[in-house]
Amino acid sequence: MTIQNVIEIIYLVASALFILSLKWMSSPTTARHGVWAGEIGMLLAIGGTLLNQGIVDYKWIAIALVLGTGIGIPLGLVQMTAVPQRTALSHAFGAFCVTVVGAAEFYLSTPHVPAFKMGVLSLEVILGGLTFTGSLMAAGKLQEILPQRPLTYKGQNFVNFLLFAGAVGIAVTLILHPEMARLFPFMIGIALIFGVLLVIPIGGADMPTVISLLNAYAGLSAAAMGFVLDNKLLIIAGALDGSSGLILSVIMSKAMNRSFTNVLFGAFGQVQAAAAGGQEAQPVRSATAEEAAGILAAANKVVVVPGYGMAVAQAQHKVRELYDALTKRGVEVRFAIHPVAGRMPGHMNVLLAESDIPYDRLIEMDEINGDFPQTDVALVIGANDVTNPAARSDASSPIFGMPILDVDKAHTVMVIKRGMSPGFAGIDNPLYYLDNTLMLFGDAKVFVNNIVKELTGGHG
Amino acid sequence: MGSSALLNGLFVFMLAAFIGFEVIRRVSPLLHTPLMSLTNALDAIAVVGAIVLVGRHESKLAFILGVLAIIAATSNIVGGFLITDRMLKMFKSSRPTKP
Repeated sequence: MTIQNVIEIIYLVASALFILSLKWMSSPTTARHGVWAGEIGMLLAIGGTLLNQGIVDYKWIAIALVLGTGIGIPLGLVQMTAVPQRTALSHAFGAFCVTVVGAAEFYLSTPHVPAFKMGVLSLEVILGGLTFTGSLMAAGKLQEILPQRPLTYKGQNFVNFLLFAGAVGIAVTLILHPEMARLFPFMIGIALIFGVLLVIPIGGADMPTVISLLNAYAGLSAAAMGFVLDNKLLIIAGALDGSSGLILSVIMSKAMNRSFTNVLFGAFGQVQAAAAGGQEAQPVRSATAEEAAGILAAANKVVVVPGYGMAVAQAQHKVRELYDALTKRGVEVRFAIHPVAGRMPGHMNVLLAESDIPYDRLIEMDEINGDFPQTDVALVIGANDVTNPAARSDASSPIFGMPILDVDKAHTVMVIKRGMSPGFAGIDNPLYYLDNTLMLFGDAKVFVNNIVKELTGGHG
Repeated sequence: MGSSALLNGLFVFMLAAFIGFEVIRRVSPLLHTPLMSLTNALDAIAVVGAIVLVGRHESKLAFILGVLAIIAATSNIVGGFLITDRMLKMFKSSRPTKP
């Protein structure tokens, strides 16, 4: 048996471990085994690769591995609220790796690149390049270094289409004439610009979809790299990552009632600017922390609806104290999680789990919506559009058709909010003017804290 | 890469994509964030391509690009596994765990 066979067998074992790793993610009870399986698979694969007989220089491999570890550790230790931008940044790193390896492969093989290899190589660097800059833009928007609102201009889609056509045109030329190496940097350059332009028009509320989509692209570019290098382990890992990103993108777009193309080319922000114009002052009912505590204490079933605003106010730990205080009084408290709550898929669950709320209290939208009519109090904290009943009833609303949490069907709705300003998407929310709605004006963290104090008799 | 290697690759890709869809469809929405950071770490297996590139040292350009690629991919591997495990540790049930 040759060394090459040994490496292939190690890769085979690593592939199986990767699949098991994802399989174990199906439930929180087995998920940590999944991480271990992934780690073992990764160590085996890297160890196996080092057996490669073509390798003559180990020093720089070791140095690069150490440097990468040095960057990776702080990126693994970020706060849970910063996980979306960390994820976007790691998509960028992954895409960067794939793109530069693709470029190196090209310059090693030119001028004699077989047509098929040139085709997948082009796919690899175009997808990799646009994912790299697109993910950097997304990370910048999430970190609020860049403006979060969508930036749009006239003829945007036309410019994007031209760029895309240009990149494909160069790819086709290179497939036919691989010796025209001067064209190669232009192909990468166009892909890099395309990635920036793709994410510029996308607003903060659409980030869960965009991050998922970039995840899918990163996976596909890695799979393309597997084809270029004829490495089956890479093809498998890329296919797994690609399908994961694709599934999450579909779930996210469905949760916002939008199609992929709509997210990428729609620029949500424009529509609402017009919709928010005609709103007039309507009477709302408000309540104090003392009154809210009284209503909560008298309830049997409470559903808390957390949104990204809760994370911004850093209120999740106070929410946990509220959960404890109510549970102690025998009130059943559950949390309703909309699929796009937070800035990436599943973000809200992580934030609530971090503040020690048991995961079996976190209920998905489809499961909990039927329970709202039997719910005494729905407490909305930092969520807005995902509770907007206009999505069900008002065909002229920009979010019409989007699945929402039916909080308005609860006996009493309480909404903690800073003021009456419209939400992230700029749409007025009729929920606030309903007869069974009480507005609790104030900072989420302070207000929840005041409610807890009332419930625990001033010792909160 | 010959056409038989291409066909082999396409078979592998097709099967892995189907397995991916079936396995990931079953992942609880609770865990979508850790799922993404985990697949991100697994995706950084691209490091093996970069390692071979650096190890062979065939041209200066390929060598430099390879070193940068190893650094980027390794930071994803280390950071990805680390944060996934940190997140998963936080998920606790209110029910006592079964023996």
